[in-house]
Amino acid sequence: MSSRIDVSVEHKHLPGPPQGKRHPNTCPACASHYRDDELDAALWTCAQCGHLFPMRARTRIEHVSDPGSFREQAADLRSEDPLGFFDLRPYTERLSEAELTTGLGEAIVIGEAAIEGSECELAVMDFAFMGGSMGSVVGEKFSRACDSAIEREVPLVAVVSSGGARMQEGILALMQMPKTVCAVEDLHDARVALVSVLAHPTTGGLLASFASLGDVLLAEPGALMSFAGPRVVQQTTREKLPDDFGLSESNLRHGHVDAIVPRPELPATLARLLRIFSNGE
Amino acid sequence: MASDHELRLRERLGKLRNTRLLGRTSVSGELERLQQQLDQISTEPTDEQIWRTVELARHQDRPYTLDYVERLLDDFFELHGDRTRADDPAVVAGLGRFHGRTIVLVGQQKGRDIKERTRRNFGMAYPEGYRKAMRAMELAERLGYPVVSLVDTPGAYPGVAAEQHGQGGAIARSQAVMARLTVPSVACVIGEGGSGGAIALALADRVLMQEHAIYSVISPEGCAAILWRDAAQARKAAAAWKPDAAHCLELGVIDGIVPEPLGGAQTDPDEAARLLGESLRETLDELEGVPGDELRRARRARFRSIGVFEGASVDGRPLTLG
Repeated sequence: MSSRIDVSVEHKHLPGPPQGKRHPNTCPACASHYRDDELDAALWTCAQCGHLFPMRARTRIEHVSDPGSFREQAADLRSEDPLGFFDLRPYTERLSEAELTTGLGEAIVIGEAAIEGSECELAVMDFAFMGGSMGSVVGEKFSRACDSAIEREVPLVAVVSSGGARMQEGILALMQMPKTVCAVEDLHDARVALVSVLAHPTTGGLLASFASLGDVLLAEPGALMSFAGPRVVQQTTREKLPDDFGLSESNLRHGHVDAIVPRPELPATLARLLRIFSNGE
Repeated sequence: MASDHELRLRERLGKLRNTRLLGRTSVSGELERLQQQLDQISTEPTDEQIWRTVELARHQDRPYTLDYVERLLDDFFELHGDRTRADDPAVVAGLGRFHGRTIVLVGQQKGRDIKERTRRNFGMAYPEGYRKAMRAMELAERLGYPVVSLVDTPGAYPGVAAEQHGQGGAIARSQAVMARLTVPSVACVIGEGGSGGAIALALADRVLMQEHAIYSVISPEGCAAILWRDAAQARKAAAAWKPDAAHCLELGVIDGIVPEPLGGAQTDPDEAARLLGESLRETLDELEGVPGDELRRARRARFRSIGVFEGASVDGRPLTLG
């Protein structure tokens, strides 16, 4: 008696990933759906296909740093609306909405922390806050994280996840790129190390400023890290894009990152680097 | 900041009024132009005027970097190649003599006719281009020459090869090289100052902008496509964003506006070059003799102070998780 069952017909008619609006807890790669607590337990990784869901800044901090070691800094900084910007909705409305839905004041959280006992400064971005875009506050908070790292003589660990510059702040958003670059240069002059962790996605102005200036660049598996996103490249050049266009694996191959670190290994990897950078002190 | 510029204009206007007019129309032309510029600055530009500036900044007859090089520098020796991979014609770098001093000039170059435009990739640089600029700026640092950078690009090139060669990293590192310089540096936006492609060459001690240049975080079309999901809304985007020189000055992003001949630089490239040359010389004179460490410290402090936000706590309220 044959125990084989031909499943190919069923597979042919399997529904693909759902089109249109999708629940944030539904995997975009395989359409598996999870509860918040399931994702939390799995470090926001799809148990079916390994797809990485975006990790919120607070969750990331809890994951990488020692319990109770994190002390937030500059939490009271808020964006203003220097241009009186209005696209489909006013910028101020978008800001308030982002603050309400994310519970964060801005797209970056900075503070002192320790990882496996090694002191460091943490700057963690949150994609849920307006696409992790960099405006005046993100630039300022990152710069302050650099200053705090210099003052305390501990390495700075930056976890980046951002679509790029915040267009609602116009030219001021662009100016956050040289601002953060100057802050990193001050950090390097003080012989303090910067470790950049690039999570999905790190694109545009962030990749073209402090994120790329890390002394060590780590990336999450499958994270998009490109200056121009695939859609823009496709539209501008009409080239056929490689399947792994801009992904961390392709960047590793082309020599733009030092290592791809799976999520569960991130705290241990960071701790190892911090120990090395502390030079036995 | 805007009032500073206004003061300078008023001062120049005053000087001209006092000079005996020698019946030379060029002088009275200058007077009229300054008066117009003054009127323009004291009144908020309308959406139409902003769009007109966008059009002028992209005018096909507008002088490009090499047009200014030809008129302003003696003995320009162009450097080619990034010493790693290739030579990117979208970026020009070289050494030359400018008012009795040797300088290093870097800048993006657009093309005049279709053939050259394609060769220059419309002024959109690959990472190789930024690496060439970095190499030239490092040369300037090594030998102690001031750096002049002329910015004119719609943005860095978004292509598969550009990404594979490290576009983001090249732009970041080019800025880092500029942040490290201990020689004087001046950047001037002479047309389109588009996004990361522009800022890669604009982290200078003094940042100037020509009167009809634009400086923006992304092209108005790109912004419209993202925020309005319709590239045709570019006018609306430009109006919302104010990429013109007066607004950039007001926000403290640039230090000064370089006047252009009436109607835009394309109407009289020689005069445009003279005015640009004058501003560059003034700026370099001003920076000469400042110790390198001081230049670098002030440059970083300047860029680190840009931004508008609420809340001023330096240490913040400590907050413990978990």
